[in-house]
Amino acid sequence: MTKSSWPLYEVFVRGKRGLNHVHVGSLHAPDDEMALRNARDLYTRRNEGVSIWVVKAEAITASSPDEKDPFFAPSGDKVYRHPTFYAIPEDVPHL
Amino acid sequence: MDLERQFEQTVAADHRVEPRDWMPDGYRATLIRQIAQHAHSEIIGMQPEGNWISRAPSLRRKAVLLAKVQDEAGHGLYLYAAAETLGADRAELTEKLIEGRQKYSSIFNYPTLTYADVGVIGWLVDGAAICNQVPLCRTSYGPYARAMIRVCKEESFHQRQGYELLMTMMSGTRQQREMVQDSVNRWWWPSLMMFGPSDAESSNTEQSMVWRIKRHTNDELRQRFVDMSVPQAEKLGVTLPDPALVWNPDRGHHDFGEIDWTEFWQVVKGEGPCNAERIAHRRKAHEDGAWVREAATAYARKKEQAA
Ligand SMILES: [Fe+2]
Ligand SMILES: [Fe+2]
Repeated sequence: MTKSSWPLYEVFVRGKRGLNHVHVGSLHAPDDEMALRNARDLYTRRNEGVSIWVVKAEAITASSPDEKDPFFAPSGDKVYRHPTFYAIPEDVPHL
Repeated sequence: MDLERQFEQTVAADHRVEPRDWMPDGYRATLIRQIAQHAHSEIIGMQPEGNWISRAPSLRRKAVLLAKVQDEAGHGLYLYAAAETLGADRAELTEKLIEGRQKYSSIFNYPTLTYADVGVIGWLVDGAAICNQVPLCRTSYGPYARAMIRVCKEESFHQRQGYELLMTMMSGTRQQREMVQDSVNRWWWPSLMMFGPSDAESSNTEQSMVWRIKRHTNDELRQRFVDMSVPQAEKLGVTLPDPALVWNPDRGHHDFGEIDWTEFWQVVKGEGPCNAERIAHRRKAHEDGAWVREAATAYARKKEQAA
């Protein structure tokens, strides 16, 4: 029995125009074109998407999975990037 | 130790574990076993109903059944993909299935004798699967939970098409009604067995509950299924084949008879009516398809070289 040597693809679907592509899962396919067709059959059987991206899983570079990763530390102490940091009197309209 | 505590806290706080997180070996192994078994069940589950596609009574029923069986293939693939995020290899899982080293739900080792079975499978077998699967949408492993959300959305069509088919047959001739009753008689008990051994006999449940892989015990889910099915059977006009089945106002649940556990373990151990046939069919499909997989690989390689 020969083992499947088809590469793994990650699949991203745009649910409708105006939304981002969102990761929905993965699949195996011999090439990019078949990956796209397989993704259509597997992930959009009920009009779940208007656009699909497929990318070989090995082409993705990811940050470390650790939630307390120092990689994200730079944004940790910058509360002034959030609108709630600024006290505005309640009677100022439209702000 | 630090990693282990972090994992335990994540799970206890009802947060999700994601593929590249550290996890105990036992957690990973339990998940691979459970997800693979689940995926195999979806794939083998195509056979009993697939048996009737070419003999569907109308074009409408044929289109519906085809779509349903195709969904089950999809469910299998979502689940194999989830298993792969844990480091399992799909080709290897398929090999384990056809070599009998991994199991699938024993319900699919029963034969489909009439078209009423298509309806009863949708109603009871998919119904029992839904009972099992809805809590799994909140299981602690992220990719498994997300796959289950997708599956559950699709299962509701499966159950409804089955029930509708049965309602149609029940409003038909006397023979048709008898066909439905006969089918219910054959599928009711195997459906109850889908929830697995009783809690006293279930060795994996406790650890799986701590890890939040499972959220309810087998007996809890089985009870829920019985309570849901009784009014549906009444509406349909069929009798569930259990003289001990009766409403218990003190418990607020239906009491029901004892499952034939000898039969259950026999089928699990491979001695059910269709075990050998199901695996032989799966093996043949896999081996007959080998040239397609090889040709597609060769074509992809050739195109790559030309580019
Ligand atoms: Fe399914
Ligand atoms: Fe189903």
